[in-house]
This record gives sequence, structure tokens and C-alpha cells, in this order.
Amino acid sequence: MLVFILRRLAQSAVVVVAMSVLVFAGIFAIGNPIDVLISPEADEIERAAAIARLGLDKPMHEQFIRFVDSALGGDLGTSFVHGVPALGLVLQRFPATLELALCAMLVAVVLGIPLGLWAGLKPDSLAGRVIMTGSILGFSLPTFWVGMMLIMAFAVTLGWLPAGGRGETASLLGVQWSFLTADGLAHLILPAVNLALFKLSLVIRLARAGTREVALQDYVKFARAKGLAPARIVGVHILKNIMIPVVTVLGLELGSVIAFSVVTESVFAWPGMGKLLIDSILQLDRPVVIAYLLVTVLLFVVINLIVDLVYSVLDPRIRLGGGRA
Amino acid sequence: MALRDRHRRLADALRSGTLKHTLPAVAALALLAAVPAPARAATLTVGTSAEPSALDPHYHNLGPNTRARKHVFESLVSMDAKMRLQPELAESWRAVDETTWEFKLRKGVTFHDGTEFTAQDFVYTVCRIPNVANSPSSFTVYTKGIAGIEAPDPHTLIIKTGKPYPLLPVELSTFGIISAKAAGGEAVTFDKAGCKADSWPTTQAFNDGSLMIGTGPFKHKSYTKGDRQILERNPDYWGPQPAWDTVVFRPITSDGPRVAALLAGDVDMIESPPVQDIERLKSAPNVSLAQAQSNRVIYLALGVQDTPPTITGTDGKNPLKDPRVRKALSLAVDRDAIVKRIMMGVAEPANQYLPAGFYGNNPEVTVATDANKAKQLLAEAGYPKGFQLTLGTPNDRYINDDKVAQAVAQMFTRIGVQTQVDATTANVFFSKRNKQEYSVFLAGWGADSGEMSSPLKALIATPIKEKGYGTTNYTSYSDPELDGMLDTALATVDDAKREKLLQAAVKRAVDADIIIPLHYEVTVWAMKKGLSYEPRADQYTLAQKVTPAK
Amino acid sequence: MSSVTARAPAVETPFLRLARDFARSRTALAGLAVLVLIVLAALFARWVVPQDPYDLAQLDILDGMMAPGSLGGGGWTYWLGTDDQGRDMLSAIVFGLRTSLLVGVVATLIALAVGVAVGLLAAYAGDRVDGLIMRLVDIQLSFPAILIALILLALLGKGVDKVIVALAAVQWAYYARTIRGSALVERRKEYIEAAQCLALPHRRIMMRHLLPNCLPPLIVVATVQVAHAIALEATLSFLGVGVPVTQPSLGMLIASGYQYMLSGDYWVSLFPGLALLVTIVAINLVGDRLRDVLNPRLNH
Repeated sequence: MLVFILRRLAQSAVVVVAMSVLVFAGIFAIGNPIDVLISPEADEIERAAAIARLGLDKPMHEQFIRFVDSALGGDLGTSFVHGVPALGLVLQRFPATLELALCAMLVAVVLGIPLGLWAGLKPDSLAGRVIMTGSILGFSLPTFWVGMMLIMAFAVTLGWLPAGGRGETASLLGVQWSFLTADGLAHLILPAVNLALFKLSLVIRLARAGTREVALQDYVKFARAKGLAPARIVGVHILKNIMIPVVTVLGLELGSVIAFSVVTESVFAWPGMGKLLIDSILQLDRPVVIAYLLVTVLLFVVINLIVDLVYSVLDPRIRLGGGRA
Repeated sequence: MALRDRHRRLADALRSGTLKHTLPAVAALALLAAVPAPARAATLTVGTSAEPSALDPHYHNLGPNTRARKHVFESLVSMDAKMRLQPELAESWRAVDETTWEFKLRKGVTFHDGTEFTAQDFVYTVCRIPNVANSPSSFTVYTKGIAGIEAPDPHTLIIKTGKPYPLLPVELSTFGIISAKAAGGEAVTFDKAGCKADSWPTTQAFNDGSLMIGTGPFKHKSYTKGDRQILERNPDYWGPQPAWDTVVFRPITSDGPRVAALLAGDVDMIESPPVQDIERLKSAPNVSLAQAQSNRVIYLALGVQDTPPTITGTDGKNPLKDPRVRKALSLAVDRDAIVKRIMMGVAEPANQYLPAGFYGNNPEVTVATDANKAKQLLAEAGYPKGFQLTLGTPNDRYINDDKVAQAVAQMFTRIGVQTQVDATTANVFFSKRNKQEYSVFLAGWGADSGEMSSPLKALIATPIKEKGYGTTNYTSYSDPELDGMLDTALATVDDAKREKLLQAAVKRAVDADIIIPLHYEVTVWAMKKGLSYEPRADQYTLAQKVTPAK
Repeated sequence: MSSVTARAPAVETPFLRLARDFARSRTALAGLAVLVLIVLAALFARWVVPQDPYDLAQLDILDGMMAPGSLGGGGWTYWLGTDDQGRDMLSAIVFGLRTSLLVGVVATLIALAVGVAVGLLAAYAGDRVDGLIMRLVDIQLSFPAILIALILLALLGKGVDKVIVALAAVQWAYYARTIRGSALVERRKEYIEAAQCLALPHRRIMMRHLLPNCLPPLIVVATVQVAHAIALEATLSFLGVGVPVTQPSLGMLIASGYQYMLSGDYWVSLFPGLALLVTIVAINLVGDRLRDVLNPRLNH
């Protein structure tokens, strides 16, 4: 087990290095941040001075060596735009995004699995069809469109919920969280629902597909024949067996929810990492983009590790380490 | 929403209740009597279209930063809503001779920490500006004209410039003055080659609030990046008291959601609602609008490079070198149609680089629209069948920028110049443009100084490093005569004479059809009914100027 | 590779039987009919609609923002209104559908092919190969789509093909991850062990035995992903890095329409949205049925 985790970490380190090279070169190729950042009123002299201040006058490989050098010391560089350490900037935004992502996943799982089970057990019933057709809506409409619709319906027309922003926060473990205050929760609902819609549809479909398949398996038929209570069949035999694809995809999706909350955060002015990322990309703020990616890669690796561990719990046939010996 | 509103109302009621109880007892009565006392503890929440990159007033020469700065830090001179100079921390100023200026400072002004404002604070500020670490765009462009500073007494400044420098008062209006004492700079003296100090304040010290000590009408209270900045009224402010006890700035950078936030009552006022929504806002019962012509012109730049980067069908020649072709393209553009259809009427067709009423605008300059004449000119120039052209434009920088570019492409195509639009995000666009990868591009220019020398100097003058000319001239165009006219204008301290010179220069520039003006952007603010705001040409949203209408 | 994935099970089941199974669901048939109509309209767009919205000479800005049913300068009626450039919305939607379908389907096929190959390989080979591939998948998944699109845009320029590459680059990892998950389970099952005992070639085991049994969850994901690819393309347009503005896709039309959502000029955003909805519902009805029909276990 320990060997497994250690090897995973070593592999991940290679990933991180490869990725930082890619991102570094990629952003370098897009353009010069000074072109975006500098005041149009600046003259040539000031332009050259600003380029030098940000260390952009050096050739790319030299900039990269400098970056690696300080990164090894734990310093991922200073944001070109904000003038503060990039990693701090990203971590400061992390709780807001994490909170939003977890709420969205919660919505997706709590609603998605029962609905999917229902649709899978009774595929030809009216409810089953409605659930399936409804789930199509969830992923067919672009997030920004649905987000705006939610704002128009619940904030502008009905006035039930705020249109955006994070609202009041309260401190827990030294971090500010929205879900601890009534005002914060009210602000959390719309963006979480917006972010959850796609995942919800996915969970419904996966759960339904899994259920339909498992329900026809011999052991389920056998359990039925044995006269086990339907609730027990569903709860123990079916649920446990449909969880593998659901866990895989959910694990993936939690990461992607965090990484791709860009749109929801823009629409709802949610001060999270996604918003920071899109702003940083648009301003070619390389240190922040790299810091962001390092944080998300780390997150993905951890999530995938957990997913694999959960696999082995759910299905003892999968042994960790993957060795055939 | 409802819950939140109830909360807010409760809090307001409590506070106003307290206010009434204590009012008779408090000596601040006199102060409150001077201004119409707000009926309740007033909070103004503003949804802004962009967020400052830092609170440090000298970190980044950028619109949103200056907007944030103007609430807490003041400058010697400031600009009114029409961009005319007015006294701020300096009560008066005059040019003693061609290269010497005298500024009389306002007495009895205190910083937020209670210390008095003196000439040393200005000296320290000018010294600190070149010493901001990692500044992506420094304010040194506005201090470079200063050759020497003397302070014969704490409330008089003598500023020397190396050469006649008529723009000095304008440039002094661009940066805010920080407290020398708070930053430990009481002994720092000015030195053109670089001031000496043990250390300079960090940007972080402003972001965390510890150095947010200015003389402005609001005090800094708190700041959460990406979420909100909260300001409190400065009860000791030397000028008129603002109507708000608390001001909250919330960045809502997406247009639609910003409008929605206003309609939903989350915020009291928003910056630049998209032009598409203006009609809807006008018809909303509880919203009022304020709008003003801005100092920003949207233009097309025609490149006269020897080998055109994005023109084909001309055997490698650059047709834009022929003034007739350039004139044809200018004649092809129907500015009224763009303003009416793309800008929904919230813009004004432009015939030069600053609208009427701005310093240096020449009422005799005109541009025309005539597609037939355009075709005829193209034929005369040897391009009866036109040619192919790609028009570069950003798609997230100016109001409806890519839509305007598409409309222009349509109009060019109509006279026979088949035009494609390359619309990219600003980060890609500006890098490509600055490498002269577009034969024709659409961009905008806002004249921070509010006078014609700014666009002329930057957009069309020949790039000359020492003079700071042609910094945004990516057309390869050079007209020595025009440069000479600018030289003379920029060395003329007499305002009336300088304006005449600039008017002559802008006529020559527009007639060259290198920088073709399209329209002037109009800046709009939308707010709850009951608020009023004097719209500003410089586009800043200043909470101290927002008043509850009586 | 992609044709193999689609046909592999058909080798075991005659095509006719598949078609008959498929036709048993009336909703699926209706979905198929709509989809065929949409595809035909998209293919023959030039002859179906009155205007070529990609030809700037046919647009007139003075016809911009006309309400549905207005009579335009060209002599025909704008049944669905016009956008700000004077584009006939009906024509723009049909042309846009073509671009969006192309982008969605091609990107998904490429991603599916790459993802399935890589995922199966990882699960079957296990050990080092698995570790390496899965770490690669991790990198891929932590790369936000917008960053990939922006980098490609900067390096290659703008265009429909770049958007396809970007979308495929974003999505292959999903398939790889998903198929590996199912393949890990299947690999341990008796029939694979049996096949291995028979000393069948690895390739044959992977393609004929492992793949068909891993397909059902994959088809769920793939039908979702065609729709998702189209929606993602819209999002890229929304963020300013989509297809060229003068050749709007359906996603781009929705993204531009988004700016008019509050304004009351409903037709600019509503009709492209509806068109997208109908298309995606049709794709999914067909996809869902296909999945049920293709599933080897449900067939018994």
C-alpha cells in the first residue's frame, strides 16, 4: 500500500514538471504580458523599464531556469498583474471554489443517484422517461446560458435569491466560508445549482445505465428468486455494483468542477480560483496560471488516488498496484 | 434576497435610530449641518466592470486602479466631470516662467491617521513612484517631466521642468499622494537621478490596508480580492462630506450579471451596462441612467508597410500606401449605421480623435460617407476589383468591438474590398498588433489628459523614442511635418496658442486617413432611482459624487 | 479505430437485427427522423435557406436587429428575425448547425478513438504502462479547456479545425479514464482469463472481448460528450476563443445572443438555443437506444 502511494507520488512529480514546461512555453507563445498590462500612454523608455522589472527581457530558457530555481525554494513567482506571490493568490481563492464545487457535487449525488436508480429500475415508466429527457436538458445547454436564466428567474424576476457574489462569510479553521451564514448560503444556491446541472445529468445517466445492467445479472436474479426484499436488493446488490462507474466519473468530475468552474464563477461573480484563472490567462499572468495548474494537478492526483482506493473497497477484485504477479 | 434585504433594513433602522439618539449630544452636528444629513446610515454598493490589480496607488497606471485610488488618495490637481483641471490638494498654481511652476498647497488638510499634509508628502510620493517593485505600468510617465522640487515652506512647492512643459498640471492630476510619515519617509529628498531611502513601501502593505492612509473623502476599511472593497466616510475630510457612511465596491466583470445585480437590488449602481440593455434599463421603473461622452475614440488604423501583412490580391504591393485607397476605405464606413445598429445609439459618430468640447477639437474637421465615391477612388487607384483584407480586432476590450469590426468588414466588402475579421482576445490581439501583424486593425484611444496632443502623439506621430512619440503607431506611417507641428504645440505654454496649433495638427492627421475615426464611446452608469451621478468624461465612478437626489 | 468501435459488436449481431431492435422504440425513431432532417438541412444549407450568412456582401447592417417576420431589404421575410449584423437568424442557425455538428461529432470521434485506445491499453497492460498513462490523463484533465484553446489559437491561428483539435484534446482523457475503470473490472472476469488461457493474441482479446463489454458506459459518456462538445464550443465562443466571428456556429450564435438576453430582443438568443436543444435531444434519443441495442448483456 505504502509502495503504491509512493510510486503514485513519484509519477505525479514527473507530471508536474512536464506540465510546468508546457504551460511556460505555451503562455510564452501566446504573447507578451506587457502588451496587455502597460498603460497605452507609456513611452518606449517606460515600456522597456516595465519589461525589465517583470524579468521579461530575458530569453525564455533563462526565465524558465529562474522560475525553476525559485520554485524549488517554494516560490512560484510574483504575479505580473497583482504584484503579490502567485501561490498565495491562488490559495486565497481556493476555499471559495472548493465550497462551490462540493455543494455542486452534493446536489448532483443526492438528486442524481436516486433519480438514476428509479429510471433504471423502471425504464419504461412515465417517470423514467421524464427523468431521462430532463437529464438531457442538463448537459445540452451551455452553462453560461443556464446561469443567466437562473439569475433572471430567481434573482431579477422572483427576487428570491441574490444575483451573484459570495455574500457574508464566517471563519472556520482560519478560512472564510459562505455556507456558515444564512446570507452566504443564499448566495451559494444559484451558482451551485448551475454548476451541478451537468454533473447531475451525468450521474443520472450513469446510475440508470448501471442499474439496468446489474438488474439483469444472475446474482440479482438469484437474490430476487431467493425472495429478498426489493429494498435490500436495490440497497445492497444494485447500489454497490453501480457505484464503480459513478465513483470514477464523480472523482473526475470533482476535479473538473474545481478546474472548470470558470464559467459559473464568471457569471455569478464568485470570487474563486476559476475566475482568477480566466482573468490571469486573459492578462497572460504566467506565474498565477502556473501556480493554479500546480494546485489543480496536485488536487487531481489526490482525488484519483482516493478514487482508486475507493475502488478497492467497492470491488475487492481490483487489487491495488495492478501487478499480475 | 428577501432575507438579505430584511437584514439590511434592520441594520439600517438600528443605525439610523442610534444616530437620532446621539445627534443632539454630539458636537459633529455642525459638520452634519453643512451637508444634507442622510436620513439613515447610508451604504452605497457599486458593481464595477473591472477590479483594480492592487490598492497601491502607484503600482499600476490603469483605469480601475485610479478609480479606487481617487476615493482614498488625492492629487495636487484633479479633473472635474468634463476633464477640466481644478484644485485639489493644491489651492492654486501658476507658471512662474517657461520652466518653473509654483503650487500653493491647501492648509489644514490631514491624512487619515491625523497627521498634517505638507509639501514633503508630495516630494516623497514623486520619489516613491519609480521605486515600486514589479510595477507592470509605472506612473513615471507622469513624473519624468519633473527636474527639481523645492519646498520654501510646508505649503508651497516650486517645481522645475527641464524644458517648457505645459502638461505638468495635467500630469500631476494622475497620481495620488501618500503620507511620507506613515511610510517613514520624512527625510527623503528629491533627486532627479533617483531618491535615496532605506526601503520603499511594498504593494502588499497597501493591499493589507496598513498603508492605506490618504487625505481623501473615504477611509479604507477592508478588501477581499475578487470580492469586495469596503470604504468608510472620512469625517475629517477637508472638502464636502460624501453622502455615504459606507461604500462597497464589488467587481462584477460580466456585463449581463452586472445588470442583473442592479435589477435584483444586490447593488445600488453599476458601471457601463452593455449598450444592448440600455433600452430595457430605461423602461425599468426603479432605475435611472446617467451618460456622458467619453474621451475614448474607436478608430481603424491603416498600415502603410512596404509588404502588407494581411492584404492579398495586389501582387504583394500595399494598396494602402495610396492616399486614394485610404480615402476610399474611410468613405466606405457608414458611422451613423454603426452607432445606430451596433452601438444601439449609445455612442457618437466621430470625425476626429476627441469629441467637441475637448481641448484641441477642431470644428472644421469632417469625415464623409459615400460608397460610390469610394468605388470610384479605388478604380482610379488601379483596384477596380478591390483586394482581400483581414481586419484585426480585439473581442473583449472595447464596447462591442468585434461587432463593430464585422460591420466595417461588411461595408468594405460592399465597395469591393473583401474583408475577413480576425477577432481575438485582447491578450493575443495586442501582441499581434504590436508586432505589426495586421494591415488594418480596430482599436480605441482614451486621452487621459483630455487634450488632442495625447492621441496625435501616440497614434500617428513618427515613433521617436526620446520624445515619446508614436508609442502606439503600428502603421509605419511617418509625416515629419506633422511631427514638427506637434513639437511646436508641446513646447507652447500659452493654452490658447497651443490649442490653435493642435487644431491645425489634427486636421492634417485626419486628412491623411491613416487613423480613421469611427465613433466616440459613451459611458453609461445605471443606478437605483433616487440616486444621481454627474457622468464623467474620464469614465471614473466616484462614490463621493453620487448623491441621493432630493 | 473509430469505425472499429462502432462496428465491433455488429460483427456478432447482424445489422438487420440491430435495426429491428432499434425500431422497436418509437421515441428513438422520432429522434432519428429529426436528426436526419437536421443533418440534411445542415449538409444542403446553401439550398435550404435564403441567405448565405457567411458572405458579408449578402448582409446589410441596416437590416440589423429586426424582429421575426420583418420584411428585409433583400425582398424576403426574416421569419426568425435578424441579429445585429443583419444576418437572417434562420439562415445563420442552419449554417451554424453545420459547423456545430461538425465540431461536435469530429471532436468526439477523435477523442473517443484516442481515449479508448489509451484506456484499454492502460487497463490491459497494467503496471508501469498503466501508471504512466494515468498520470498523463491526470495532466490532461487538470489542463482547463480554455487554456488549451488559447494556446492552440496563439500557435495555429483561428479556425474550426483548431476548435476541433482543442475539444478533442480536452475530452480524450475522459474516455480513457472511464474505459479503464470498466476494463479493470472486466479484465479480472473469467472469460478474459479463459481467452488468455487459449493464448489468443492480446490485440484480439482487447478488441473482441474487452472492448464490447466495456462499451455500454462508454456510449453513455460519448452521447453525452457530443452534446457537451457542442456546448463547450459555445462556451469557448462565450470566452472569446471560438470559431471566427464572421462564420458563427450555433454555439457562437448562442454566445452572442447571451448579450441580448436581458434586452428584450429575445429572438437572437432564443432560437439558436432551441435549435441546439432539439439537436441534442435527438442525438441523445438515438444514442440511448443504440446503447440499449448494442449492450451484449441486455440483448440476451
